[in-house]
Amino acid sequence: MVKFNRFTLDNGLRVIVHEDHTTPMAVLNILYDVGARDENPEQTGFAHLFEHLMFGGSANIPTYDEPLQRVGGENNAFTSNDITNYYITLPSANIETAFWLESDRMLSLAFSEKSLEVQRNVVIEEFKQRYLNQPYGDVWLKLRPMVYKNHPYRWATIGKEIKHIEDAQIEDVKAFFKKHYNPQNAIMVAGGDITFEQVKLLAEKWFAPIPAGEKYYRSLPQEPEQHDERRQTVTAKVPLNDIYIAFQMGSRLDESFYPAELLSDILSRGNSSRLYRTLVKEKQLFSEVHAYMTGSLDKGMFVCEGKPLEGISVETAEAAIWEELEKIKAVEIPADELTKVQNKTESTMIFSEMSLLDKAMNLAQFELLGDADLLNHETEKYLKVTAAQIKDLANNLFRKNNSSTLIYLAEKS
Amino acid sequence: MLSFYKHFNSYNCYKYYTMTLDRKTAPEFKEVANINLLRPEHRELNNGCNVYCFNSGDQELVRVEWIFGNQRFNPEKPLLNIAVNTMLTEGTHSLTQAQIADKVDFYGAFLQVDYGYDNSTVTLYSLNKHLQHTLPVLKDIITDSVFPEKELETYIRNQQQKLQVSMQKNDYVARRNFNKAIYGDTLYGLGADAETYKTLNREDMLMHFKQMYQPTNCTIIVSGKVEPQILDLITNTFDSDWKNSTIRPDTSQPGITSSSDRFFFTEKPEALQSAIRMGMPTINRTHTDFPFLQVLNTVLGGYFGSRLMANIREDKGYTYGIGSGMSSLKHSGALFIATEVGADVCKAAVSEIEKEINLLKTELIPEDELSLVRNYMMGSLLGSLENVFSHADKFKNLHFSGLGYDYYDRYTEAVKTVSAERLMELANQYLDFDGFYKVIVGKY
Repeated sequence: MVKFNRFTLDNGLRVIVHEDHTTPMAVLNILYDVGARDENPEQTGFAHLFEHLMFGGSANIPTYDEPLQRVGGENNAFTSNDITNYYITLPSANIETAFWLESDRMLSLAFSEKSLEVQRNVVIEEFKQRYLNQPYGDVWLKLRPMVYKNHPYRWATIGKEIKHIEDAQIEDVKAFFKKHYNPQNAIMVAGGDITFEQVKLLAEKWFAPIPAGEKYYRSLPQEPEQHDERRQTVTAKVPLNDIYIAFQMGSRLDESFYPAELLSDILSRGNSSRLYRTLVKEKQLFSEVHAYMTGSLDKGMFVCEGKPLEGISVETAEAAIWEELEKIKAVEIPADELTKVQNKTESTMIFSEMSLLDKAMNLAQFELLGDADLLNHETEKYLKVTAAQIKDLANNLFRKNNSSTLIYLAEKS
Repeated sequence: MLSFYKHFNSYNCYKYYTMTLDRKTAPEFKEVANINLLRPEHRELNNGCNVYCFNSGDQELVRVEWIFGNQRFNPEKPLLNIAVNTMLTEGTHSLTQAQIADKVDFYGAFLQVDYGYDNSTVTLYSLNKHLQHTLPVLKDIITDSVFPEKELETYIRNQQQKLQVSMQKNDYVARRNFNKAIYGDTLYGLGADAETYKTLNREDMLMHFKQMYQPTNCTIIVSGKVEPQILDLITNTFDSDWKNSTIRPDTSQPGITSSSDRFFFTEKPEALQSAIRMGMPTINRTHTDFPFLQVLNTVLGGYFGSRLMANIREDKGYTYGIGSGMSSLKHSGALFIATEVGADVCKAAVSEIEKEINLLKTELIPEDELSLVRNYMMGSLLGSLENVFSHADKFKNLHFSGLGYDYYDRYTEAVKTVSAERLMELANQYLDFDGFYKVIVGKY
C-alpha cells in the first residue's frame, strides 16, 4: 500500500505527495505526457533528443546539474514511446533546490545552440552504442515497422535514422517545448522525508507562477487490426540465429492487460516457466528464450524471442515455439500454475515498495493512466484473472495472421 | 488567468514574475551532517557459520544471503568457482532442477546465485509468510547439490553460445582484456573461451562444492523485517545438522603478476565506436589513502558532472558516457576509466583523457569544484542507504575487507576535509598515464 495525497495547481499541474519518513532522502519525479509517439514522422527521435536538452540550462539557471550536485543530489531521465520522465533524489533538507531547478526548466529552457550541437552528437553516439554497434542492436528498428503500419510506434524512441537527429534545429526545439512542456501536460510526485504542507507551499511558490500554456490534444493514427502474417529475414554479422515473433495486443488500459502479463509470466518468468523448461532444458533447442510485452499505452506488442542452438534449424526452432503457444491455446493452465504466477506478481509488488524512487515513478505513471490509486489495486486485478481468461487471450493473440516474425540469420564467415 | 497568459510566450512570463520570485539565486541548502548506519545483530552458530541480521522496514519480507569465500584458483581448472556457483540451482539428491524452480516460483520467491571475484553468493528474496516453505529448498541446494551430468552439458553449451555474443561487444572484450592485463592468471584476470569450458567435469565440481560450501566458509546475512521467530527459523535450519567436512576450504589465492605490455589494441574494421578501458592496479579499501583517492576519482570521472564527462561528452560530444571507477578486491584493487567513443574520435578521446589526468597532477582543484564534490559524495552516501538491504550492503563492504564501522567515519572525514593540495599529491602518487594499461577495441 503506497499512501499519498494530491492537489492540482491553477495552471493544471497535478501534484502527488507520498510521505515516507523512514528515509532521510526525498525524490521529485516529473512525468511529461509526451513520448516518441507524439513526434512528426519526419523528425523521429526528437522527444528523446529533447530530454537531453532539458539538461542544457534553463531561463534563469545556466547549468542544471551543478547546483543539484552541490546540494548532494542526483538526477536522471528517460524517454519511452509514451512518456518522458525526469527524477531527482537528494537529501530531504534540500528539497527546495529540486523545486527551483524543475520549475525553472518547466518555465523556459535556455535554448542554446551549443547545447543542441553537443547533444545531437551525444545522442548520435548513443544511437551507435545501443542500436548499431551491438549484435542484434537494430532488431527493434526492424521489428516495429512490421507490427505497426500506421501508429507512430512504428519507430523506436531513439528514432528511425541518425539523419533525423542530425537535422534537428533550434526552432524545432522551441516549438516542441511550447507544445508539450507545460504544467497541464505534467504530473509531479514528491516523495520521501517531506510533508504534504511543505510540498504544497513549495509547489505554490515555484510552479504556480508558470503559465498553463496550451493544452495538447493527442490525436494519433491508430493501428488497425492485423489480418496478415508478416515475415522478414535479415542476415547480419551476428554469431547466432535469432527468432522474434511479435503479436499485436491490447493497450495498457485494456482489460486483457492483466491476463496477458500473467500469460507472459507462464511462458517465460523464472526457471519453472514453460518456454525455458521445454525448449531450453527438455528439448534442448534454444540457448535462451523469452516472452514479454511492451505494456504501451496504445496497442502493444507481445513478443516471443529465442536464440536456437547451433545445429538446430530456424524452422525447427520456430515450430517448437508455436507448439508451446498452441498448447496454451488448447488446454487451460492448471490451478497451481496460475497461483504460481499470481504469487510472483504479489511479491514483486511488495518488493517494489522497498524503493522510494520506484514508488514515486509508479504513482506518476498510474496517475497518467487515470488515477494514482490504481497502483494500490494492481495486485487484486492480477489475483482475479482466471485460467479461462488466459486461454481465451492466448487464442486471441497467438494467430499466424496476428504475427510478425523476424528471423535474424548469422552470416557465416 | 489562463486566457491572459496565452498571449505571452513563456519567456515574457518569466520576466513578469521575477519581480516577485528570485529564480536566479539557488535556495539555501544544508550539508549532510552525519550518516546513521544500522549495525547488525551477530550470532555464531555451533557449526562455525556466522549470521548477521538487520531488522528494519515495514514490508513483510526478507532477503537472506549465503556468502562463501571462493576456493583457490587452479589454472588447470579455472572455471570451477563460477560453474559450481551458477549450477547450484540445477539439482540435489532429492530435488531436480525443475522441482527447485517450481518450489521457489510457486511461493513468489526469487532465488539468485551471484559469482563475484572473491565470494560466491546464494540469495533468497521471500515474503515472510512463505519462508518456511522456501528455506528448506535453500538448505537442500547449499548442502546437497549434485550437478547432474545432463544439466552440466546444457550449461556448457549455453555458456559457449552466450560467449559468442558477448565477444562481439566491444566493451565486453575491452573489460576482459584489461582484467587479463592487470590481474594475469588469477580469478580476477580470467577470460574463458569456448575451449575453457571443456575443462569442466562433474567429479571436480562435486569435490569443489564439498570443500567450499561449508559452514565455516559461510556468512549468512539476513535483512528485512526480521522478527525473532524469522531469525530463529533461519538459524535453526542452518545450524544443527549442517556439518563441516574433514577437508578444510582453501580460500588463499596465488599472487598476481600483471602483464609487461601496456598497450592492447583489438582491431574491428567495421566498428562505429571504439571501446576504451585504461587504468592500473592500485590500493584497495583497506589502505588509509583509499577514501581520499575516491574523492580524486569522483572529480575525475565518478559522477555526471565529472571532468571526463564535462569535457568528453558535454563539451566534445564524443561519447554517450564516460566514467572512472575504483574496484576494491580482497587481493588487489584498480583504478580505471571506461568509455565507448565514435571510432573516428578515438585518438582524440585518449588524448583528452591524458590531459585530464595531467591537470589533476599539475593544478589544484578549485575550491568551488571541490566543495561541490564533497556535497555530492555525502548526498550520494546518504542516498545509497535507501532501505534495510542497503544497510546490509554497506556492512558487506566492510566485513569482507576486514574493516569496522569506523571506516565510514574516516570516509566522511576524508570527503569533508581533504584539501586540494593533498589531492594533487595523491594524483602524482597514484595516477601515471604513461604507466596505464590501455585497452582499445574497435578502431584507433
